[in-house]
Amino acid sequence: MATVALRDVRKSYGTNAVIHGVSIEIADGEFIVIVGPSGCGKSTLLRMVAGLEPITSGTIEIGGRVVNDLEPRARDIAMVFQNYALYPHMSVFDNMAYGLRIGGIRGAELRARVEQTAAMLELTPYLDRKPRQLSGGQRQRVAMGRALVRGPAAFLLDEPLSNLDAKLRVGMRLRIKDLQRSVGTTALYVTHDQVEAMTLADRLIVMNGGVAEQIDTPMRIYLEPATTFVAGFIGSPAMNILPAQGTEQGVLLGAVPLALGRPAPGRDVLLGIRPEDLTVAPEGEGLPLTIRAVELLGADAYAHGEIAGGGEMVVRVPGKKALSPGARVGVLPAPGLAHFFDPATGRRLP
Amino acid sequence: MAEGMVGASRSGQWVAHFLLVIGVIVVAFPIYYVTIASTHPIQTILRPPLPLLPGDAGLANYAEAIGGGVGRIGGVGVGRLLWNTTLVAVSVAVGKIVISIASAYAIVFFRFPLRMVFFWLIFITLMLPVEVRILPTYKVMVDLRLIDTYAGLILPLIASATATLLFRQFFMTIPNELLEAARVDGAGPWRFFRDILLPLSATNIAALFVITFIYGWTQYLWPLLVTNSNSMNTIIIALRKMISFADADTPWNLVMVTCVFAILPPILVVVLMQRWFVKGLVETEK
Repeated sequence: MATVALRDVRKSYGTNAVIHGVSIEIADGEFIVIVGPSGCGKSTLLRMVAGLEPITSGTIEIGGRVVNDLEPRARDIAMVFQNYALYPHMSVFDNMAYGLRIGGIRGAELRARVEQTAAMLELTPYLDRKPRQLSGGQRQRVAMGRALVRGPAAFLLDEPLSNLDAKLRVGMRLRIKDLQRSVGTTALYVTHDQVEAMTLADRLIVMNGGVAEQIDTPMRIYLEPATTFVAGFIGSPAMNILPAQGTEQGVLLGAVPLALGRPAPGRDVLLGIRPEDLTVAPEGEGLPLTIRAVELLGADAYAHGEIAGGGEMVVRVPGKKALSPGARVGVLPAPGLAHFFDPATGRRLP
Repeated sequence: MAEGMVGASRSGQWVAHFLLVIGVIVVAFPIYYVTIASTHPIQTILRPPLPLLPGDAGLANYAEAIGGGVGRIGGVGVGRLLWNTTLVAVSVAVGKIVISIASAYAIVFFRFPLRMVFFWLIFITLMLPVEVRILPTYKVMVDLRLIDTYAGLILPLIASATATLLFRQFFMTIPNELLEAARVDGAGPWRFFRDILLPLSATNIAALFVITFIYGWTQYLWPLLVTNSNSMNTIIIALRKMISFADADTPWNLVMVTCVFAILPPILVVVLMQRWFVKGLVETEK
């Protein structure tokens, strides 16, 4: 158990910079999720903390000790890989015991620690099996067990659930959170799945193009996204982001004045409204919208349409509300839940 | 059992079996004849027709070949020849495997300067058959005073680009995460090699052992050059030396016994390793 600190950590391959300076102080026992689209550098960042990838500049501290030049083993971390990377020729017991054996733990203590961890993960009946005799979910638990049994200062998890089917993934997600809480070990978790990110994280790092766009609690990120990228990435379906203009009363979207917040009059802004912050009204009220397609999910439906003056918009409506393509309705944004961004930088405007 | 195999019809099956039986006879008859002939006295072997059933001189022939030694090769017994050949074949096989697995490990898992240069240097030696470099190799052996020694018989045959390439190809299929998981678990290069890579290579090692053992066992040109004394001969060279141009001069009964002994160990290695090898194949899974 330990704190982890990243200070202006950078990585480049030759002249090609892939991580542009990430800094974060992680408290002891905190669950940090690094989320972003593929190629954003999230796995690289995790591998740098693990010591599998050298860092170009900056410092990484684990438990108050700078570990920049230490081998993975000396960093006292444990890692769960996306494809689990179990040793195929070793039994479940030996897979879990391997790190402990190297650490010089033998005999009764070794057996006790492995068996206790196996019991925690309900792996006891499988201890003598080889990985290939296990199902995907069981292999995933062995990979977790191999990390847990060592009792490391920090867990590093690289998309550990992405090879599981949807149902198993939900179960394991809850389990990982429970396990991490009960052992109280600091965890860094990489995923591209925003549901995993929102549900697991104490704090989220949203990455894009090697930059940490925002580091905050999941709810703060949802409520106050720092950039248009974060706004579009977190939340499903994505936030509607449309060009608008500030006026004395609010904003002008196309030709429709809306009383939402007050950017400086005359200023061009990007207006962001989440589909769930919009309600449908009869035609003539609010923003005119022509429905093009409706995705019915049961409880909810997402109505995709076009607003007067051009621009796409998605509205979340109750599933029972019958809307059909071609219908013309009005849309009312909930007051106070609009977001404004600078069109040039994409940053949030106060 | 009857349906679906080679011929769908009954006559088709007869034809197929007939061809297969012919094939077996062609391959097996010489071996059968050698075995039969090794149980006859030399007079019976020299006088036509060929005996096709075991004779009564078996015990005497084998006892003479093993215990008494063979006159034409300076009275060296078959036991000594077998020992020489086994030592050479096993050392060549083990040596080749050790050298090539080590060099493949270096080339695949370590980043060092001129890595690809070394890889190509090894690769290029594939283009040079042993015969092309036999004179310089012989000179080196003379200078090192290794003529008529086991080292001289074994060392020049050990380097193997083929086996190195084979291991390299196999190592490159090992997922990188496995190496990283071992690093996180605290395994250094030596431990990773011993605990992970070696067990995973077991099937490859078994296959290579079979191939290189037989390669070492059947070597002809190099052992012929590098040994002068009869007691350092391998069984293949001794066989050649036993046979004279004049039929009457050749102890055919003992030649046949030596032949049987020359064939048996490779067969044993293939049969024994094959079982293990198949087991390895069945158990491996990515």
